[in-house]
Amino acid sequence: MSITHTTFSLPARVLHWAMAVLILAMLFIGVGMVATVSEKHSWLLAIHKPLGIAILLLAIVRLVVRLRNPPPPLPGDLPALQKLAAHLSHWLLYALMIAMPLIGWAMLSAGGYPVMLSHSLRLPAILPENALVFAWLRTAHGVLAYLLFLTFLAHMGAALYHGLIRRDGVLRSMANGRARDPSPLMPDGACVVNERLTD
Amino acid sequence: MHDPQPLSHPPRNGLRWALIAGAVVVAGGAFAYVGGWLTPHRLTAQRLVDELQRNGGGVHPGYRRNHAKGVCVAGYFEGNGKASAYSTASVFAVGRTPVVGRFAIPGGNPYAPDGSVPIRSLALRFNLPNGQQWRTGMNSMPVFPVATPQAFYALQVAGEKDPATGKPDPARLAAFFAAHPETAAFRAWAKTARPSASFVTESYSGIDAFYFIDAKGQRHAVRWQMVADAANGTPAPAGDDNYLIPDLQHRLATGPQRWHLLVTLAHPGDPTDDATKAWPAERTTLDAGTLVLTSEQPQDSGPCRDINYDPTVLPAGIAISDDPLLSARSAAYADSYLRRTREEAHVPGTTAPTRTQPEAAR
Ligand code: HEM
Ligand code: HEM
Repeated sequence: MSITHTTFSLPARVLHWAMAVLILAMLFIGVGMVATVSEKHSWLLAIHKPLGIAILLLAIVRLVVRLRNPPPPLPGDLPALQKLAAHLSHWLLYALMIAMPLIGWAMLSAGGYPVMLSHSLRLPAILPENALVFAWLRTAHGVLAYLLFLTFLAHMGAALYHGLIRRDGVLRSMANGRARDPSPLMPDGACVVNERLTD
Repeated sequence: MHDPQPLSHPPRNGLRWALIAGAVVVAGGAFAYVGGWLTPHRLTAQRLVDELQRNGGGVHPGYRRNHAKGVCVAGYFEGNGKASAYSTASVFAVGRTPVVGRFAIPGGNPYAPDGSVPIRSLALRFNLPNGQQWRTGMNSMPVFPVATPQAFYALQVAGEKDPATGKPDPARLAAFFAAHPETAAFRAWAKTARPSASFVTESYSGIDAFYFIDAKGQRHAVRWQMVADAANGTPAPAGDDNYLIPDLQHRLATGPQRWHLLVTLAHPGDPTDDATKAWPAERTTLDAGTLVLTSEQPQDSGPCRDINYDPTVLPAGIAISDDPLLSARSAAYADSYLRRTREEAHVPGTTAPTRTQPEAAR
């Protein structure tokens, strides 16, 4: 018989919240730096590149943690469509948090730029110089960044929906790791009490 | 089936829904604000490049949005070790660093007559052995007309061509200069400047200030200039719109062409954030080595086509100063580069380059 986890593992939760902050920061840094001609452009870009590579490394660790520690199942009474949306959006988030930094690295390589993470630390090129490839990758970096932000908005909205409307313990299983209802097939009224707003 | 939370308190849930919607709207709104969508008057790279494009006579697909007319060159830089006391960049050590460069004239029109402006430019990319790069774009004038990207934008707007005359409105330009006294040094230079007959006889100044960083980590504020060996410039031939490239081909056929890299060291207090102000002439200047250009190629197929000469791409040992033009140039060149490479790549929404118009730059 297999054990059904009722919360995310501690490494999964730490990675989730740390990366949530970092990825959100990267999205804001990204759109901010291309929308300014002030000194901020240069120093935001100088943060953007090493932070993006850090996210790539963390995302790889996170994927391993995810594959080794299955997440708690979604509540059994969640409509099938919502379940599908949850699973698809989660895999989309994983795909984008790995693809975005790889594309950033690849597009600078294709553009013939040295991929400098600091004044002296340079990553090797992962693609040969090719301006046409650069143009497509740079376009993808922008489009996928917006897709990532929209997915984040949906994800945050859904998490709050679980926490505030359904009050089914899904938000809490990532927030503080206290168990949601152990039986995914039972309505989890117990959580409702805990998750009431203090209003 | 189950109803996890019977809607026994609809008003309370209403508040909760409002909270969720509010969180999404605040996050989305903050993103839109940072991205500049709520502040259309903020100066962005896109607006700067749009303005350059307009003054260049519209979109010329595949071409740079400024300094559109040019030619690729290649050669090497021969360092002599004299600047190594001030910068750890290996380009200054004794030895050769390969260079891919580009001569051009300012303006967004790739078919502009060579004599339409008295300015010529030289951009260089040095490929250092450790994989780092030094990119620089230099102009044949000692100072820049303006000190900030906002003033640069205003200058472009003031210089827009009047559709009736096909020329900028002199009154508008006069009003701009009156409002921008920092342009005085540039205007004094422009008064006597004549379009040269050759790229090779010109000297090219980096204009913006940078820092050299030495082995102890000490910063030295510098400006640099490529000074022509062949300084016997002659005025441009009359009645010819395309003489610069034939002249270059002719001279390169007789042998490599040379420039000396002169690096000027600032004194404390010399402005690093104002490209309109020259430093006093008595400042120490070192000869850091020789640029040797050996060949040229057309810009629509040569190696310089796909290079963005972003002046903030620097190797260890050189760093940007607080000159506000540098970040603006980096942002604007990236946007111009993105537009022209997208056009080359036929990314939907862009106009693919047609090479049917005679390549005036040839
Ligand atoms: C999680 C990772 C990343 C995220 C979320 C992200 C996000 C963004 C965003 C939102 C933009 C603005 C796009 C636009 O408006 O067109 C951007 C631009 C950019 N990103 Fe990233 N990025 C990431 C990783 C990287 C990495 C690893 C690099 C390079 C090593 C990189 C290099 C760049 C560059 C060079 C630009 C364009 C700057 C310009 O055109 O002036 N990014 N990024
Ligand atoms: C805020 C001020 C400036 C703006 C907005 C601006 C804008 C531009 C743009 C959009 C390009 C085309 C880039 C490309 O597609 O690769 C360009 C090229 C160039 N600019 Fe500027 N520029 C500014 C200031 C300067 C200054 C101060 C210098 C001189 C030191 C300079 C020298 C050059 C040169 C030499 C090129 C041609 C590079 C090449 O041959 O590829 N610019 N500029």
